[in-house]
Amino acid sequence: MKSLDELAKIKESRRAALKIREGVPSATEKAHVMMCGGAGCISSKCLEVVDAMKEALSKNGIAEQVQIILTGCMGPCDMGPVAIVYPDATFYRRLKPKDAEAIVEEHIMKGNLVQRLLYRAPGAKEPTPKVTDIDLFAKQKKIVLRNNFYIDPTSIEDYIANDGYAALGKALTQMQPAEIIEEVKKSGLRGRGGAGFSTGMKWGFTAAASGSPKYVVCNGDEGDPGAFMDRSVLEGDPHSVIEGMAICGRAIGAEQGYVYVRAEYPLAIERLDYAIQKARENGLLGKDILGTGFNFDIEIRIGAGAFVCGEETALLTSIEGKRGEPRPRPPFPANAGVWGKPTVLNNVETWANIPEIILKGAAAYAAIGTEKSKGTKVFALAGRINNTGIIEVPMGTTLREIVFEIGGGIPRKKAFKAVQTGGPSGGCIPADYLDTPVDYDSLGALGAIMGSGGMIVLDEDSCMVDIAKFFLDFVVDESCGKCSPCRIGTKRMYEILDNISKGKGKEGDIELLVELATTIKATALCGLGQTAPNPVLSTIRYFRKEYEEHIRDKKCACNVCELEE
Amino acid sequence: MVACNCGCDDELTKQLDKIIDPYRGNPGGLIQVLTKAQNLVGYLPKWVQIQIAEGLGVSLQEVFGVITFYAFFSLIPRGRHKISVCAGTACYVKGTKMVLKTLRELLDIKPGQTTPDSRFTLEQVRCIGACGLAPAMIIDGKDVHGRLEPEIIPGVLEQYA
Repeated sequence: MKSLDELAKIKESRRAALKIREGVPSATEKAHVMMCGGAGCISSKCLEVVDAMKEALSKNGIAEQVQIILTGCMGPCDMGPVAIVYPDATFYRRLKPKDAEAIVEEHIMKGNLVQRLLYRAPGAKEPTPKVTDIDLFAKQKKIVLRNNFYIDPTSIEDYIANDGYAALGKALTQMQPAEIIEEVKKSGLRGRGGAGFSTGMKWGFTAAASGSPKYVVCNGDEGDPGAFMDRSVLEGDPHSVIEGMAICGRAIGAEQGYVYVRAEYPLAIERLDYAIQKARENGLLGKDILGTGFNFDIEIRIGAGAFVCGEETALLTSIEGKRGEPRPRPPFPANAGVWGKPTVLNNVETWANIPEIILKGAAAYAAIGTEKSKGTKVFALAGRINNTGIIEVPMGTTLREIVFEIGGGIPRKKAFKAVQTGGPSGGCIPADYLDTPVDYDSLGALGAIMGSGGMIVLDEDSCMVDIAKFFLDFVVDESCGKCSPCRIGTKRMYEILDNISKGKGKEGDIELLVELATTIKATALCGLGQTAPNPVLSTIRYFRKEYEEHIRDKKCACNVCELEE
Repeated sequence: MVACNCGCDDELTKQLDKIIDPYRGNPGGLIQVLTKAQNLVGYLPKWVQIQIAEGLGVSLQEVFGVITFYAFFSLIPRGRHKISVCAGTACYVKGTKMVLKTLRELLDIKPGQTTPDSRFTLEQVRCIGACGLAPAMIIDGKDVHGRLEPEIIPGVLEQYA
């Protein structure tokens, strides 16, 4: 593809071919079956359902009139395998290979919905057939996951059909680099990796930095346990990340990008690698992109299993093939990043927001969210909650809406106890604060953090001392060992907690934990150490009584800790 | 030609050279070369480390430093199948302890160990991102098995000879 005109033509013809996915019946095709191909549904054996469906279609002689598309993660992992059948947008769940025949022969051929496979809201007698009517989806706002119900992640034409690469075209032909940066600044987008720094300012610093060449890096080292948003984006819509990075390349004057992905995500790596190849073949990466003279290309770097590499300076060091140890800042990556050159480093989700901001404008984006946190946020809901999976909501949505309305509440009529956000750097928020609007600042004020978006729900059977111990065990294991507050301090904290959880705690232990935690926060080298004590501090703040029961009464009310006599 | 007794293998040496070739003299490729080398040999014995150090122009100490830093690399041989039990938060609150206990009883090994018949290596990993299917484990780095319960684990293992 050598010009914007060609891009527009592909969009037009593909869009027409995909009308059926917007609900418009087609003269030549009976249905498009969008089968969720996220890692969750794949492990629930959705591929066997696909095979069975293909067989049923051939048997009935309509294989040519029905497309089966494996999409990215649709979100509701616990209902997997799930599928949406267009044009009527019927949502089916918990599919088994034997259900394929019914969908083909009843639904697709006769137009009768297969009642037993439809979604039913908790407590509702009647099913909700249409995907857009289901509460879980209706209450969401999709920007980052805009394509997840609509495109085949392995088809660049599908991506183009839904305005893909139009933002890159706009950035290359209608905007000066400074204007792009200004637009991103005005959108109010803040880093979705968790720290929440202004993305536009970061780009501005890098553009202004002396030194060349410059680099664009994507952090896909999603290491927080309980977080799988980035994985869903990379698997479901890899081109959105590629496009976002290319736009940044134009804005800061970089020609090379790197995506750093965890080795634990093989499917994400495969889909991204394929997308990069397709973008190159179509002239959307490489030399002279869209005939504008702009050059940009991307390489994948695969992480090798070190949590600390999610920290920006550690990640950059790891890209260079070294031990991924963090280093003090400044200099910040904007001045000295990969190979010591000016570098923009953003998280997967941040990148996926960029095309939408450039295409629809900063004002439209900034209209969503709260005063200081704009746009949407993708969360991974897991733990003791009915609807586990991926959701995307406007910033400012309350925890109660997320947990009880979208998440469907707590299973087995148990009581909600807390929600843990931000993984090992975050904290536990108790029931009293369920009406808190979720944004960077309000979560920070509660002693938790937004983090990358993992939300683990805990119920009355979860022991908070045990949870705190779990996170410290994680940190002790993953501390790189370079600075002593983190290496030694977290280890000592773990030992104290371990004693408490075994009924060997002493008076003064809680105060000692707080003192150690405060010192580590103030003195550790990088973000990992500086935030490592948060899970302990927040559980002491809200659940001090549980600590005291373990210490004084040698008792774990939840019966989780194994107390020694 | 005199046979060498360091444990290296002629055929593997040649294949390893091919992996190293695109990165020769380029220390930045170390992690990628190690990843491919481990896929080829199964682990990273000393002769592999020496060959890589010489090929990329880095010290052996640096190669060893990188290998021991990252959890993915192993200095000892592994089993034919690697069972990685997820110990992320969601799995933890839903039963990682049970999964590990069941596997320890079935295989009679602890995390980090390999069965005497070299069939399985057991390890714990930090979140495989399948939180919706907790508790979960991943076998051979690609097959996710979720919603695990003690009764279904033996059936899962049977699929791997």
